Amino acid sequence: MARPMTIAEKILAAHAGLEEVSPGQLVEVDVDMALGNDITAPIAIKIFRGTGVESVFDKEKIALVADHFTPNKDIKSAEQAKMLRDFALEQGIVHHYDGGEAGVEHVLLPERGLVLPGDVVIGADSHTCTYGALGAFSTGVGSTDLAATMITGKTWFKVPESIKFVYTGQLGEWVSGKDLILYTIGRIGVDGALYKAMEFTGPVIERLPMAERFTMSNMAIEAGGKVGLINPDQVTLDYVKGRARREFTPHVSDTGAEYSEVVEIDCTSIEPQVAFPHLPENTKGVSEARDVKIDQVVIGSCTNGRIEDLEVAERVLRGRKVAKGVRLIVLPATPAVYGEALARGYIKSFLDAGAIVGPPTCGPCLGGHMGILAAGERAVATTNRNFVGRMGHPESEVYLANPAVAAASAVLGRIGSPDEL
Amino acid sequence: MKIKGKVWKFGDNIDTDLIIPARYLNTSDPAELAKHCMEDADPAFASKVSKGDIIVAGKNFGCGSSREHAPIAIKAAGVSAVVAPSFARIFYRNAFNMGLPIFECPEAAAAIEEGHEVEIDGDTGTITDLTTGETFKAQPIPPFMQSLIADGGLIPHIMKKRKAA
Repeated sequence: MARPMTIAEKILAAHAGLEEVSPGQLVEVDVDMALGNDITAPIAIKIFRGTGVESVFDKEKIALVADHFTPNKDIKSAEQAKMLRDFALEQGIVHHYDGGEAGVEHVLLPERGLVLPGDVVIGADSHTCTYGALGAFSTGVGSTDLAATMITGKTWFKVPESIKFVYTGQLGEWVSGKDLILYTIGRIGVDGALYKAMEFTGPVIERLPMAERFTMSNMAIEAGGKVGLINPDQVTLDYVKGRARREFTPHVSDTGAEYSEVVEIDCTSIEPQVAFPHLPENTKGVSEARDVKIDQVVIGSCTNGRIEDLEVAERVLRGRKVAKGVRLIVLPATPAVYGEALARGYIKSFLDAGAIVGPPTCGPCLGGHMGILAAGERAVATTNRNFVGRMGHPESEVYLANPAVAAASAVLGRIGSPDEL
Repeated sequence: MKIKGKVWKFGDNIDTDLIIPARYLNTSDPAELAKHCMEDADPAFASKVSKGDIIVAGKNFGCGSSREHAPIAIKAAGVSAVVAPSFARIFYRNAFNMGLPIFECPEAAAAIEEGHEVEIDGDTGTITDLTTGETFKAQPIPPFMQSLIADGGLIPHIMKKRKAA
C-alpha cells in the first residue's frame, strides 16, 4: 500500500508508472492531451519541423486552437493561424479548431470532452491550469515543451508540494468562484503558491457548480501555482457524462495526504472582489471600489466566458442600459456558448442594453484586438490579468471582477455591485 | 560558462506582458521581439541594452503568460543572464529549454545596483559584483536542468534519448 498521497501526487504516479511519488521527485509522465494556440503553437511547429521527426506521437492527443488573435486581426496573425491549419492538415491532427469551430481553448476543450478527470494535460498557454477543476493535472508550459511532447508523448515534472485551501461558510449574493479565487490571490499574493499545487476543498467547493470551479482553477497561475486542483465528485462526473469519448480514471486525495500548508477561508463575509491595477493580488471588496469611473467593460474569456457567466450578466443587464460613454463588450467563449445565449434570448438583452456582442476570441483579454484601451482609459473585465498594458496602452488600467459586478459597472459607469441598481 | 556584463535593474513581479507585450506576439521572429523587449517597463530598454548585459530583478520574475517569446526577446536583445530571488515556474522552464541562463539569488538581487559590472560563473553559480567586489552564491541548478544545458536544451536532449532508444 502506497503512502497517502494528494490528488496531484496520485495522478503523476499513475502517469509515471510508479506506485508512489513524493514532492521534489522528478518524474517523466505520459501526456493525455497537449495544447497549443495561434500564438504559441507556431514556435512549437517550427521546432518540431527543425528536428526532422516526421509525425507527431498521437494525432488524437494534440489540440490546436486558433483563439488568441482570431478572427485574424492582421496579416501576421493570419500567417500564424495558417501555420496551425497547414500543420494540422499535414499531420492529421484531429482536434484542430479554426474559424467557426474555434472558441476560447480552456472553455472549448472541456466542453468537447477532450480533457477528463485524472488526465495529465500540458498546454502552451498559462491558463491550461483551468482543467484542474475536472481533477486533471494540467499546467502551462512553453512552446519548446509542447514541441517535445508532440514528439515523445511525454513530459517531465518535479512533483510539487501541495497547499490545501479549505473554503467554509455561505456565499453571499453575487459572490462566485471568481470572488473566491480573487480573494485567495489577494491573501497569498501573486507568488503565494509558486511552484506548488493548489488544492481547492471544503463544503463551499463541494456545492460550487462546474463553471465556477473552472474559474477558480483558471486563476491558480495568478498565484504562481503549477496546478489548481479540485477533487472530482458527482458534479464533475455529471459534467463529463455525455462529453467523454474515452476511458478515464478519476483520482482524489487520500485521507492523511501531506500538505505544505493548509489555508482556511471562511467565505461568509467575503463580498464581490475587485482586483485593482496592476496585479491580481491587489484585491478589495466592491464596496471599496465605487469611486472608480470606467470607459469599458469586457465580459468573456477563459475565466468567465461560459453560459453561466452570461446568464448572470444578462440577469443584471435585462431591461437596463449601458451608461453613456461606456463600451460594454460581451464575448461568448465558444460557438456553443454563443448559440445557447442566442437561444435563451441573452444576446437580444445584451444588444438592447447597448452592448457590443463579438465572436468567441481571447482578443481584448491580452490586448490583442476587439477592445483595446487608449491611454488613461479604465476597464472592468471578467478576465484574469490586470498587468500594465494588458488590454492596450501602457497607461490604461484593468480592474478584474465577476460577471455580475462587470455588468452592473457597465450600467453605473463606475465600478459597483448589482445591489446599487 | 562565464558571463560578464553591465546590470539593468527591475523590480518585483516583472510579468511577461512587461517583458514582451502581447501586441507584438503576431510574430515569433527573435530580432523583431528584441526590439520591444521590456518596452512597457522601460520604453528605452531595447535601445540602451548592450550585448552581454545582465538583468537583475526582484522576486517572481516572468510571472503571467507561458509565452516563450519572453525569454526569446530577452536573449535576442543581447541579455546574457537574468538574476532574481525567484522566477515564475513557466518562465524558469522556458529559460532552460531555450538556453537563457538564469540564476536564483536573493542576496545578489538585493545588493547589486544598476550600472554595476557583474561576472557570473555559470558552473559554480558564483556571482561577483566587480564594481563592489562582493560575491554571492546562486541556488544550485538542479541536476536534470544541468543535463538539459549539457545537451544544448530540451530538444537536443530528447533527440539524443530518442536516438539511444
